Amino acid sequence: MADELHRLTAHEARKLLSNREVSSVELTQAVLDRIAAVDDRLGAYLTVSDELALAQAADADTSLSNGGGGLLTGVPVSVKDNMCTKGIRTTCGSRMLETFVPPYDGHVISRLRDAGAVLIGKTNMDEFAMGSSVEHSAFKPTHNPWALDRVPGGSSGGSAAAIAADEAIIALGSDTGGSIRQPASLCGVVGLKPTYGRVSRYGLVAFGSSLDQIGPITKDVRDCALMLNVISGHDERDATSVEMDVPDFTEALTGDIKGLRVGVVDEYLPDDLDAGVRGVAEAALAELESLGASIERGVSLPNTKYALACYYIIAPSEASANLARYDGVKYGYSYQDGDSMWANMDGTRQHGFGDEVKRRIMLGTYTLSTGYYDAYYLKALKVRTLIRQEFDEAFERFDVLFGLVSPTPAFRLGEKTDDPFEMYLSDVFTLPTNIAGIPGMSLPAGFVEQDGQLLPVGIQLLAKPFDEASILRTAYAYEQATSWHTERPPG
Amino acid sequence: MTQTAKKYEVVIGIEVHAQLLTKSKMFCSCSKDYYDSEPNTHVCPVCLGMPGVMPVINQQAVEYTVMTGLALNCDIPERAKFDRKNYPYPDLMKGYQISQYDLPLCKDGWLEVDLDGETKRIGVTRVHLEEDTARSTHKAGEGGEGYSLIDVNRSGVPLMEIVSEPDVRSGKEARLYVTKLQQILRYLGVSNANLDEGNMRCEPNVSLRPVGQEAFGSKVELKNLASFKAVENAVQFEIERQTKLLEAGEPVAWETRGWRDDEGITVRQRGKELAEDYRYFPEPDLPPLTISRAYVEDLRSKLPELPDAARARFTNNYGLTPYEANLLTATRARSKFLEEVVAEDAGEKMLARAKATSHWMLGDFARLLNASNLEIEGSKVRPADLRALILLIEEGTISNTGAKHVFEQMFESGKAPGDIVAEEGLTQISAADELGGIIEKVIASNEKPVADYKSGKEEALKFLVGQVMRGTRGRAKPDLVHELLKEQLS
Repeated sequence: MADELHRLTAHEARKLLSNREVSSVELTQAVLDRIAAVDDRLGAYLTVSDELALAQAADADTSLSNGGGGLLTGVPVSVKDNMCTKGIRTTCGSRMLETFVPPYDGHVISRLRDAGAVLIGKTNMDEFAMGSSVEHSAFKPTHNPWALDRVPGGSSGGSAAAIAADEAIIALGSDTGGSIRQPASLCGVVGLKPTYGRVSRYGLVAFGSSLDQIGPITKDVRDCALMLNVISGHDERDATSVEMDVPDFTEALTGDIKGLRVGVVDEYLPDDLDAGVRGVAEAALAELESLGASIERGVSLPNTKYALACYYIIAPSEASANLARYDGVKYGYSYQDGDSMWANMDGTRQHGFGDEVKRRIMLGTYTLSTGYYDAYYLKALKVRTLIRQEFDEAFERFDVLFGLVSPTPAFRLGEKTDDPFEMYLSDVFTLPTNIAGIPGMSLPAGFVEQDGQLLPVGIQLLAKPFDEASILRTAYAYEQATSWHTERPPG
Repeated sequence: MTQTAKKYEVVIGIEVHAQLLTKSKMFCSCSKDYYDSEPNTHVCPVCLGMPGVMPVINQQAVEYTVMTGLALNCDIPERAKFDRKNYPYPDLMKGYQISQYDLPLCKDGWLEVDLDGETKRIGVTRVHLEEDTARSTHKAGEGGEGYSLIDVNRSGVPLMEIVSEPDVRSGKEARLYVTKLQQILRYLGVSNANLDEGNMRCEPNVSLRPVGQEAFGSKVELKNLASFKAVENAVQFEIERQTKLLEAGEPVAWETRGWRDDEGITVRQRGKELAEDYRYFPEPDLPPLTISRAYVEDLRSKLPELPDAARARFTNNYGLTPYEANLLTATRARSKFLEEVVAEDAGEKMLARAKATSHWMLGDFARLLNASNLEIEGSKVRPADLRALILLIEEGTISNTGAKHVFEQMFESGKAPGDIVAEEGLTQISAADELGGIIEKVIASNEKPVADYKSGKEEALKFLVGQVMRGTRGRAKPDLVHELLKEQLS
């Protein structure tokens, strides 16, 4: 048993901890051992806070012995390295913040602490969450546990790889244009981007402020609901977090989807799709139908074709302002060899930021400039409204929309790094969700074989704003009827 | 200047920034009272612009801004929002300032100033809310190398910007406008509005154009104006400087110029030819504001009396001259002082006592306050004390001359006038026999004036009255002295 502890889900672990069948220290040590064994080849972590984790685990054990405990007491959690952790460096995958140790905890980190979770480490990511493969991490790549020569997806690839390889029990990622769902799909785990406003962003290092949202990356759907329970709800420090009652999301896990109205979105299953990938989607639809859902095909969201352009105006525009604070004056990397204050500020940015970050800062600066604002930024906001309306109309007819998460399974390291646009296209099915602010999930639904490698494929489930419950209900019923979530990568 | 007035029209618009008297900063819970604090002691992750932080709107600041808008006769639109104004500077913690661009809290208002007896209305384009920056101090090290220190205490302090229409035409009008604005902000209690402390900053834009021309000339923005006098002088200097340039056929540069108060000149600080592009866009971290009509009406109903209304009341109710009313309502503390002195009175008595209070407040009281660099609220003299003094004079217990002495004591010590009179034995001498001896003495030792009076010079009698008053240290009743002297010399 002891050498298998790292394979537990959070809800399984929590039960064992409650029954005192295992201690949090044992469980935490098991996960740390697993990291020590495999992370050299996976590169999922940027920081492992082992001492702190074991201390927290000991505290959790005390609390559990006294009959206390929260939703995640004693459960090891890994967090993407763009969420501020007091006393633990938060790099955002960037040289700029390589030495940055936040003086405060982000909201979700406080929630995790309140729930009794053990923070095990900070996971690798594309620099400032800009990327779809973790290849833009300033420190190292993360390898896909299913095929080490392939990417885990991104930008939350570290968290997704860690969950897939049992280097963590449960994890958090963040999703600006697909950064939770696409790596979840490529690594064969469950990833949910909640509704914009469901989870406080306070303490999440901002990329695209109107798009960013924190969400769970987990081994199964129950864990996803559990984590969503922990992190959801209004926070007065985030004015965009919504003041509304949060349901107990585990109550959605009924297993019953009879009569559920599922719309299959044409644009997320295009004609030129790889046959294997399409097969996964078709099989999943058949399964949902057999479970009693009513499936309607041929639903069209025609404005999807503008989503990529819209996203690559809004996100870089916001990023260009969000990243302006990194000037080397207050914290983080500071270039000192210039002959003036301005030269040092320039040098800080030149050497502190990677190419992809610079590319997006320049894009955003351009689209916000006088003379271009109306043609780009303002136009993008109008398109955004249209995309929202399109979803609103669709959700009048359907409880859940269905599609793929990514057009392809995990691609090879280096395959798309020379062509930024190719890389951007891997998020083409996930971007509209962020633009509209609606919730979306990637759910493991099978594998395709490429060059002798078995690669996971995820299906995407979308629902109207604040209706994560419908997604969880659908996903849970599907998961109960299938066994994809129990598959593990080799090693 | 008269030539200028004919040939060129002066066009001035004024931007005023005022820090608001909220408890906390604009977007975090740090105290905004940094004035006497050690540098970088009123800071938190939010106002330091740390990664991951988010702003939360200070509702008190919104309320103060809307109140100001209402006091300035502005429209308060239902929709307002915050925007990011992007520019790099080390004292701007986030690399952008949260401000308001196209949907300010207040717009299209006005205020009126009294210009040589005429009322002039100056338009207020908008009033909006933003955050102050940190403060940079530039220093030189031992080797002469320059370095800068940043105090983040000021970062995020609520800052209200009031932008006028280009309706101002002279340095004097500029001064009157800023003075009036200060007065209104202080009446509202929304800002200390001190130019010299920097919690109110005034930046006039001055340009000239040939009379009849519609297009504006190049405008020059003026900074470093730490007093009302500086506002007037700087603007006037700038008008003359630009006039000379235009007369000489030289262009006026579009630039920012700083006022050097000691030299009485403006000097170029930076050019504006390369207009900065602030790349404004809506602040995604703050949802747009909906300002309900009920909220606006509630604030309107709670607005305190404003200077114009107070001034009218002082002339109408207290029978004071416009000149007196103007000075006495210059601050809320002053007008309150007078109101409290006469609070219990009515009718003729009230009018007389209001007048007497006005004399004291604009005379000896003002002189003493000035000399000790105090405002009325900082003085030891309370309204009840001045009232008591006025009553002592009315009752004839002390003379006016004696009262001056008593008031000085009151100002020094804060003692009640009755106590001072008793301690110093200053009760007015009203019995004729008590005065007899002194009068005889004065007549005996002032032969010449006595002779002058007897030969018909009425003036000389005044001198003799004065001598008697001196002899009694002001305790004699002047009327009685006058009468007794006349009797003696007839």
